[in-house]
Amino acid sequence: MDNNHISVEQQRYATLLSWGARSGLVLLIVCFLAYVFGWMPAHVPVDQLPYLWNLPVEEYLKQTNTTTGWSWLKMIGEGDFASLVGIAWLSSCSLICLLAIIPVYARRRDKVFVMICVIALAVQLLAASGILGGGHH
Amino acid sequence: MLRNAVLAIRETGGLVKTNLLPVLLVLTIFAGSTYAAEVAPSASAMPWWGWPLALFITCFFLGIVAVPSGVGGGVLFVPIVGGFFPFHLDFVRGAGLLVALASALAAGPSLLRVGLADLRLALPLALLASASSIAGAMIGLAIPASLVQIALGITILGIVVLMASAKKSEFPDVVAPDRLSAALSMHGIFHDASQGKNIHWQVHRTPLGLLLFVGIGFLAGLFGMGAGWANVPVLNLLMGAPLKVSAGTSSFILTLVDSSAAWIYLNKGAVLAMIAVPSVIGMMLGAFIGARLLHVLKASVVRKLVISLLLFAGLRALLKGLGIWM
Repeated sequence: MDNNHISVEQQRYATLLSWGARSGLVLLIVCFLAYVFGWMPAHVPVDQLPYLWNLPVEEYLKQTNTTTGWSWLKMIGEGDFASLVGIAWLSSCSLICLLAIIPVYARRRDKVFVMICVIALAVQLLAASGILGGGHH
Repeated sequence: MLRNAVLAIRETGGLVKTNLLPVLLVLTIFAGSTYAAEVAPSASAMPWWGWPLALFITCFFLGIVAVPSGVGGGVLFVPIVGGFFPFHLDFVRGAGLLVALASALAAGPSLLRVGLADLRLALPLALLASASSIAGAMIGLAIPASLVQIALGITILGIVVLMASAKKSEFPDVVAPDRLSAALSMHGIFHDASQGKNIHWQVHRTPLGLLLFVGIGFLAGLFGMGAGWANVPVLNLLMGAPLKVSAGTSSFILTLVDSSAAWIYLNKGAVLAMIAVPSVIGMMLGAFIGARLLHVLKASVVRKLVISLLLFAGLRALLKGLGIWM
């Protein structure tokens, strides 16, 4: 099939997204297996989860003494938080892709799409930063 | 007469054979979910791994039916798991976003490579939708779960009406692009394998499309659902993108929209690995099988069964939110 009509930036985005998604899924599965099979200690013992997962998130955090925002990184040695690494990686894939296509648009002097990519990056970074989504407890 | 009877029997047999798998799958989902609802109050009735395993199996079946029915797994996940599993809706929505995100990430690269997803069409729409999904996620985690359940039930019932009544247009007729889409060069070419030729496409009514994507992003963040059910009609019926480009671009848009909303859930502590990971893996394995069973499963039958399933789950969410069916 002739794919000459696919733009350079689209091909670059696809390649990076593919690598990001594959590595993220592998990371997700490996960390989760380590958590479930007890190869890593758990912050919340797995047999306690059925008594906790029916609680609203605020109540769950209070009862398990869990912090919000990026502070989970400090507890990365515990299986339940190590599993979040894969999730965070999958959620970050688009950041790298957006960053990679900005130079292509810039070289073409496509100012509008440079702007769109920069704002989209800012939105993703704002969401990821934790400014809007926690950081206390 | 005898010959006619034999033919009729053969026809019925063929029909049963073709439709048996989807019927069995849906029955399994109903049975599993009903069991889950009945034993939910007693957390100790099952070992700790029982629920994640049940979730994995349910998601596997959801993934199988999601492909031929043409809906994303996320839209099935939240009402069904939220309605019939013992997990709080906060965690179900966090997992739902990740289910939709992982599915979109798995499909996105190949869709981009063959031109079925278009970057220039997707980026402006995804930008607005991802910004509004953040607002939706924040509001969703701030308001009482019962209110979210009611709104979810109403939205799911709306999706049922949309799925049952919405028309599709393979190649909508766009006489001329609007000024905004022309300025943003929101047009392209895709190779249609069924016709064996390249199809040129362009879009119109872009300002209204952008506005609707703000609302779609908000709902995606609020309910933790992928929003393919809304993306495709807006891209295809309103903006005039070909159906295949609409479906592909919709999937790609979800990679941006769901990731920004997922960050909010993650930062608020509303992502439990024990719920999210079996869901993601089960759904992806199911979708993998579903894609390979496309020729075996009768899409129209699966679609009708999925609509019935959503109708049931939507009513359940609404009644649960109203405190009528706990």
